[in-house]
Amino acid sequence: MNWITNYVRPRINSIFSRRETPDNLWTKCTECGTMLFHREVSDNLNVCTSCNHHMAITPRDRFEALFDGGVFTEVDVPMPIADPLQFRDQKKYPDRMKAAQKATGEDDAMLVARGEIGRTPIIAAAQDFSFMGGSMGMYVGNAIIAAAEEAVKLKRPLILFSAAGGARMQEGILSLMQMPRTTVAIQMLKEAKLPYIVVLTHPTTGGVTASYAMLGDVHIAEPNALICFAGPRVIEQTIREQLPEGFQRAEYLLDHGMLDRVTSRTKMREELIAICRMLLGMTPPVAGDLPAPDPEDASAAPDTPAVDAPTT
Amino acid sequence: MTQYMEFEKPLAEIEGKAEELRAMARQGEDMDVSAEAATLDTKAKAMLEELYANLTPWRKCQVARHPERPHCADYLKAMFTEYTPLAGDRNFADDHAVMGGLARFNDMPVVVIGHEKGNDTKSRIDRNFGMARPEGYRKATRLMDLAGRFGLPVITLVDTAGAYPGKGAEERGQSEAIARATEKCLQIGVPLISVIIGEGGSGGAVAFATANRVAMLEHSIYSVISPEGCASILWKDSEKMREAAEALRLTAQDLKQLGVTDRIIPEPLGGAHRDWVATIDAVRKEIAAILVELGDMDGPALIADRRKKFLDLGSKGLAA
Ligand SMILES: [Zn+2]
Repeated sequence: MNWITNYVRPRINSIFSRRETPDNLWTKCTECGTMLFHREVSDNLNVCTSCNHHMAITPRDRFEALFDGGVFTEVDVPMPIADPLQFRDQKKYPDRMKAAQKATGEDDAMLVARGEIGRTPIIAAAQDFSFMGGSMGMYVGNAIIAAAEEAVKLKRPLILFSAAGGARMQEGILSLMQMPRTTVAIQMLKEAKLPYIVVLTHPTTGGVTASYAMLGDVHIAEPNALICFAGPRVIEQTIREQLPEGFQRAEYLLDHGMLDRVTSRTKMREELIAICRMLLGMTPPVAGDLPAPDPEDASAAPDTPAVDAPTT
Repeated sequence: MTQYMEFEKPLAEIEGKAEELRAMARQGEDMDVSAEAATLDTKAKAMLEELYANLTPWRKCQVARHPERPHCADYLKAMFTEYTPLAGDRNFADDHAVMGGLARFNDMPVVVIGHEKGNDTKSRIDRNFGMARPEGYRKATRLMDLAGRFGLPVITLVDTAGAYPGKGAEERGQSEAIARATEKCLQIGVPLISVIIGEGGSGGAVAFATANRVAMLEHSIYSVISPEGCASILWKDSEKMREAAEALRLTAQDLKQLGVTDRIIPEPLGGAHRDWVATIDAVRKEIAAILVELGDMDGPALIADRRKKFLDLGSKGLAA
């Protein structure tokens, strides 16, 4: 099958991926508007220290915070045929792709990696909302299959962080077909009796929610994440009434039985370690178990950017 | 009397004139209209052939949604015997947008499941215009499971604009219900055959159409989003549905090329709504042929066949 033959040896990527500290040392919380010191926000995993709003985080930044010592090995994802439908709207699809690749530095909307969390070997996949709204096309399908394959091969759990506006319209029916296709990938994990944990982040909607994001053994969401099939605007247009406060947000779904937990991003790692280890019948995690990042080795350390004094 | 679509207006005029002539003759006026009416009939047929030979994707959408097209209930009546509806999801309700139960297809016991849109105001409301809620998908999951355990082939008839976007549907887990139905489609060790008889609308269709073989009627459509929805998002103008229908490649012919559809079932001239008997008969023949084709496969082989079909849909494209 093509997704096996296209498989390429994973490469160590994390040490090349450290980004420069942005020139602008201040970040404005998109929710409460508080001006926050950039370092403070990134140390807090893009969670506002003032109002606890969970701002978007890239898969790479998430993985650097998730994996022990910030070290992970990227699992290669086969590139699908570019622009399979020769799709043209007001822009050409290849032009939209190029712009998204340039803006994010990524191939497409999902990153897959292997590594350890609290000395627990796992495979992780994270969807990138900043790449065309995280939309699910053939690449995301390939990524989930690659992740499931890797998990089965190495007998590890898969933790998937979802974030998407839905299917990628520019791949038309082929994006829709990633719903059954990714469901096959999840079945491989289940047959191998491996845990599949979904962390639903803001927003997870449409065909993504209606396939792999709702088929986890455990569903955890980040606070206030929008999680739905049909978006609130579509529903308001259909039923012509106001929706209740907090409708389709993580806490609302928890109340309605669709999630196991709602957990703050800053507590997520700890919780994932605990759940994985229990499901795998491993010993409890030991505090201080984690290899301390070497402060001398700036390239591998998760957070050692030089900090200048604020200019204002 | 046929409801004409906008692009059929010139046809409506000719067929209308022929009808008028015949009506006058019936009223006993002493005139022979047969020759004139026959000329008009010939003209109408030629026009119909020309119109339907090259339907644009947007016109196909209109044909696929034609209110007089045979619906699931019509197929149930004409194509099966002993249809025994089985209701409910055992959780919350019975969703009338989804019909399903036991039936015999050429005497063979099967499970049949389909979306039903309704055919007048009352039944359309009762059927929620064929837009299922979680209960509908959960009923389908339950029936597929039943079929799997008792070794009955499953035939699904897809005809939906999409899953219902409502408050209650979301609260009761529309996403989860669709995901579980898709998952169940992939798990059952019996032949699963899906026919898209009208509209295959997004995830609401996938939940029924994750099948060993997907057949589409000639003028049916299957798409990730409606052309109107796509137009309003990408063109910021819902009036650009013609362009969107074009770009989305949602016709049976394009989907065959992409490997999503396995078979195209020809429709009578002028679309399925002009001849129900011929349409349903063509569908019956196709399903019978597919059942023969899948007949040699055992449970594990059928599951493997289905998996492969969908795993392969990551390397397709029009250029490939
Ligand atoms: Zn804030």
